[in-house]
Amino acid sequence: MPSPSAQRPPLVGLFATCLVDTIRPSVGFAAATLIEAAGCEVEVPRQTCCGQPAFNSGDRVTTRALAEQTIAAFETFDYVVVPSGSCAGMIKTHYPELFVGEPDWMPRVERFCAKVFELVSFLVDVRGMTQVAARYDGRVTYHDSCSGLRELGIKAQPRLLLGSVEGLELSEMPDADVCCGFGGTFCVKYPDVSGAIVEKKAANILASGADTLLAGDLGCLMNMAGKLQRMGKDVAVRHVAEILAGQGDDPAIGVARKAGS
Amino acid sequence: MSVQITSPRFKDNARHALDDAPLQAALSKVGPGFIGRRTAARDLLPEFDALRDSARDIKNHTLAHLDLYLERFEAKVKEAGGHVHFAVDAAEAREIVTRICRDRGAKTVTKGKSMVSEEIGLNDHLVACGIEPVETDLGEYLIQIRGEAPSHIIAPAIHLNKDQVEADFRRVHTHLPPERNLTEPTALLAEARGELRAKFLAADVGITGANFLVAETGTSIIVTNEGNGDLTQTLPGTHIVLASLEKLVPTLEDVSQLLRVLARSATGQEMSVYTTFSTGPRRPQDLDGPGEYHVVILDNGRSAMLAGQLREMLRCIRCGACMNHCPVYHAVGGHAYGWVYPGPMGAVLTPSLIGIEKGANLPNASTFCGRCEEVCPVRIPLPKLMRHWREKEFERHLTPAPVRYGLGIWSFVARRGWLYRPATDLAMRLLAMAGRAKGRFASLPLAGGWTKVRDFPAPQGGTFQAQWKARKSGRAS
Repeated sequence: MPSPSAQRPPLVGLFATCLVDTIRPSVGFAAATLIEAAGCEVEVPRQTCCGQPAFNSGDRVTTRALAEQTIAAFETFDYVVVPSGSCAGMIKTHYPELFVGEPDWMPRVERFCAKVFELVSFLVDVRGMTQVAARYDGRVTYHDSCSGLRELGIKAQPRLLLGSVEGLELSEMPDADVCCGFGGTFCVKYPDVSGAIVEKKAANILASGADTLLAGDLGCLMNMAGKLQRMGKDVAVRHVAEILAGQGDDPAIGVARKAGS
Repeated sequence: MSVQITSPRFKDNARHALDDAPLQAALSKVGPGFIGRRTAARDLLPEFDALRDSARDIKNHTLAHLDLYLERFEAKVKEAGGHVHFAVDAAEAREIVTRICRDRGAKTVTKGKSMVSEEIGLNDHLVACGIEPVETDLGEYLIQIRGEAPSHIIAPAIHLNKDQVEADFRRVHTHLPPERNLTEPTALLAEARGELRAKFLAADVGITGANFLVAETGTSIIVTNEGNGDLTQTLPGTHIVLASLEKLVPTLEDVSQLLRVLARSATGQEMSVYTTFSTGPRRPQDLDGPGEYHVVILDNGRSAMLAGQLREMLRCIRCGACMNHCPVYHAVGGHAYGWVYPGPMGAVLTPSLIGIEKGANLPNASTFCGRCEEVCPVRIPLPKLMRHWREKEFERHLTPAPVRYGLGIWSFVARRGWLYRPATDLAMRLLAMAGRAKGRFASLPLAGGWTKVRDFPAPQGGTFQAQWKARKSGRAS
């Protein structure tokens, strides 16, 4: 790991995302562990939502207010790191659209967006990380979440780091890059269609023969975990950061903590 | 009469489609077939993505100077002895076509595949006027005899299987011996060919669409794989081309570039089997061709799109790649979209043509996975344009109440950090306690849309922000 002794280590603002903040805080701690392992200091400033649900529901006023709030909370950091491709994509690729034609804002927004990264791409592309010190005994398959894949080009980075996890065997599923049917509010607005899409995804996950499913977005993970569990399938579903940070012993998504632990 | 609009019932349509076993069997082949062939064709052409940029630029340039190219096209068609008609809306286009047919005393009209014809509901109108329209593209013929709309813009009968086609042929072709063997697809094809041959020869007018209208020469171009378009436009005495105004392209050179991305994106072919150029009526030295050549150019709301934020949609060259790669289309097929144009391109175009009030479901029924934009040969940002419709819907208070209220509460809380942090922390602690035993919920109040098809994971308890703060102060002390 790069030594922080020569100069002050970069200061990273961790934007946890609503879902990690509320549903699975352990992903936030895993992200912090990894960012520190990459030679950075981590802080978690007060934060709420990046505005993506409002943006994709057509509510530009709320989106804009949340974007301004997020920029103000994070713009003093050297980097802003997000354990989600869709929230990072929202900020990095869509925030500038909200300020078009506003010269007072635009340079500030662009400076800010240039510092924003999805967690795994930050570790690999920005910090040059090629391996992690973690162990996970399992056969793992990885789902490429759409926004991370298509807006941010995240595909090789998680596989590179997973390849360095001791005991981990990666088994690719068919159509790993096809949508899981989550789609934010889509999954509750059109449950039947969403259910049909995630059913196909579940079949592909099972076809991989993996005992563990990983991805970089908690929304997609909750959708796939929920479907696999509804089908009675025993596949552990986790955020990729948990495995990379060596937190593979935590109960998987939707699995009860054992009594006494 | 036009195609029945059932887009407002998208959810019901989708439910029925998901329960329709033959349809699901047909849809399961859409993705693998089209996607694999497109990918293979793209991989054989290193400059494919550069050609997509070029295709986008050609269409952008044309749209920026559309008035100029329309006038140029009209002048060139007239020069070649043809006629150009401009139709503001579907009704006017129907009237123009019907008038030409009546003036020729037409009883039978053969038709090449045309989505614009579907858009204006031409067939029903012709029938009402006592003129028999005969679709000559095999897929269009199949759905015509079933009384259905196309379910795909380039493969209109992709929702059907062989057994259904055989049953329809036995139902409709009653003059043929009932004991005939139709088990082989080639037998079905031969029967359709035999039926259509008589119609080709009997037709008084032939109507085709156009993939491109070339301004510099006044040429209309169709690409087909069956050759039916050629017979449709050369055998009858009159040829009517029905095209919407964004089909304009400046030059033949431009067309040759667009053709290189069209078939590859659509079917994975390098070129369609037939690419047919028509310029004016038959000349004295020509061996064949129609005596009269008409081009009907349809606006139907497109000039309003040209002036607004949906202009980029007018680049569309109707390859179908967006729906071929769409997880929602794969799940429910084209009919669920409830009008003429399905899939992502339909989700953008349909509200422009039938109104956002009726079309609102379509831009919402997308996961925004972005695969459509990734494969579009003219790089239309389809998710962005669907989001544009969601904004229009929200601005006009058309968003369904549960979505609006849910979003309103979330927005109110998310905009107030002092409220968000304690409220989420408390809510998650309670939810975690409720779900502690099982780790998940099979049903949850206010989350019926989620738990209808999947479990909801119980939160770990307490928010990340609260836990982080506690851990930091623990470390500091």
